[in-house]
Amino acid sequence: MPLSKELIEQKLNEKFSGESFVFTEHRNELTVSLDKKNIAALCKYLKEEDQLAFKLCEDITAIDWAKRKNRFTVVYHIFSIKQNFRLTLKADVDESDCNIDSVSSVWKTANWHERETFDMYGIHFNNHPDLRRMYMPEEFEYHPLRKDFPLMGIPGSLSLPKNKN
Amino acid sequence: MEKLTKDDVHPKILEALLADTNISVEDALENEMILNMGPQHPATHGVLRLLLRLDGETLMGCVPELGYLHRGYEKLAENMSYYEFIPHTDRLDYLSPMSNNVAWALAVEKLAGIEAPPRAQYIRMIISELARIASHLVAIGSLAMDVGALTVFLWTLREREKILDVWDILCGARFTNSYTRIGGVANDAQPEALAKVKWFIDQYLPNLDECERLINTNRIFVERLDGIGVISADEAIDIGLTGPSLRGSGVEFDLRRAQPYLFYNEMDFKVVTYPDGDSLARYFVRADETRESIKIIRQALEKMPQGDTLLNQPKKVLPKKAEIYSKMEELIHDFMIVNFGINPEPGEIYHAVESSKGELGFYLVSKGDGKPWKCKIRSPSFVNLQAVPQLVKGHMISDVVAIVGSLDPVMGEADK
Repeated sequence: MPLSKELIEQKLNEKFSGESFVFTEHRNELTVSLDKKNIAALCKYLKEEDQLAFKLCEDITAIDWAKRKNRFTVVYHIFSIKQNFRLTLKADVDESDCNIDSVSSVWKTANWHERETFDMYGIHFNNHPDLRRMYMPEEFEYHPLRKDFPLMGIPGSLSLPKNKN
Repeated sequence: MEKLTKDDVHPKILEALLADTNISVEDALENEMILNMGPQHPATHGVLRLLLRLDGETLMGCVPELGYLHRGYEKLAENMSYYEFIPHTDRLDYLSPMSNNVAWALAVEKLAGIEAPPRAQYIRMIISELARIASHLVAIGSLAMDVGALTVFLWTLREREKILDVWDILCGARFTNSYTRIGGVANDAQPEALAKVKWFIDQYLPNLDECERLINTNRIFVERLDGIGVISADEAIDIGLTGPSLRGSGVEFDLRRAQPYLFYNEMDFKVVTYPDGDSLARYFVRADETRESIKIIRQALEKMPQGDTLLNQPKKVLPKKAEIYSKMEELIHDFMIVNFGINPEPGEIYHAVESSKGELGFYLVSKGDGKPWKCKIRSPSFVNLQAVPQLVKGHMISDVVAIVGSLDPVMGEADK
């Protein structure tokens, strides 16, 4: 049975009956918005359920909405090779409680994607095995892809390496 | 490579390097060896830095450090129009700029809800495949060079040179092409360019065979790669490998087949897979994939229709330069698009293509302005590099270059 919006909707509502999911479609791409509380369990289910089999996690990133109440949205693009179906998951994260559970125990590849998201947006991933910055130096204090970080950078924020001699 | 002291490495990196053991940092620096490889190392294909923990010559751990070429393209993209970002896509995977151009154009077109005319799409398909061949040729050549066979590199680069000549005729630039436009391509493919492509695909296969004869039966080359850096199909999917690196583990997954874009659904080609999952298998996949690309180009040249190469959609697509100078209407549209952008309706899309390294995806969020609110580049090199630590574990130090070479990372793309 090929995957469809209805099937995913039905499966998710069956398994996570207390949760509310919002399904949207734009340009034939299915997106599910969900609560950040259950993200790890939900991803595990999506990966391991035989009919869904979202085994490939393509990408994890975040969006900074700047002025919205829930300032960040963490976005997961997952793909089912078996069903040839791409699904986008979205979970809102507020700035005052800027963390979300890591899914790196579900997909190993999430490790670096989450590190990058942490580096760029400062969203903390709980239970991440190695949450270091991905691109910026460890001493860097800012998160460059936040909308309040200026395009030209902040003068003096990048220190030169210490001279050993 | 030089031996490190405690001050040379950030404590958090050392911590990551020793994460799965219970030895202390002092102990590791004293009794084992921690080596720094890169970012200035010829075999890391750019500015990749690897920290290696060694017991004798055996690798016990590895931590890749990225960011030495981080230019913040995602931040830049948020501050420029969709058109202005086209030249920047060249500088992601600079070994196949054409396929990045195509990927960007397709993503923006999907966001804006437009589609390029058929002839433009056929041209895009031909240039994507040529770019794949060019990139794989560099990958094969530099892999051979990494394990000590220098001649192959010269021979494969000679072939790649001919593809650069095609780019030269096609768009005037040999390296950073910026040939596609939103809604089509910059100019129609000239008859000379198409003739050159035809000439190239006719003479390519014997030349590839020649290159392969140099290394496929060379015992040193084969033994340096055979059984080195093995990854099983399940592990490869779990770590997110895509492209030739995934197909080298026997997974028949190719976005050209799975989620056809352009006219790939009308093309007859084989998805090349090798079951072994080692460095040699990844090399074989690349070599065979160029043969399939030749098949695709040949079919595309035959089926290519005549017609426009730029969509006539004044609100979204820049008109041709000659018309801007001669017609009032076009001048207005040009002014509006250059100053205010193409304003796709609010929404978000993810579009991925099969580039030479793997799945190259763009995630775009539009708020209805001329600039993307968010642009995320899903770069295959970045994700593929994540597999390095588990691939090198237990191998000899000289195998690191072979493994990195077989994954074929381009740091311009991995660091964005």
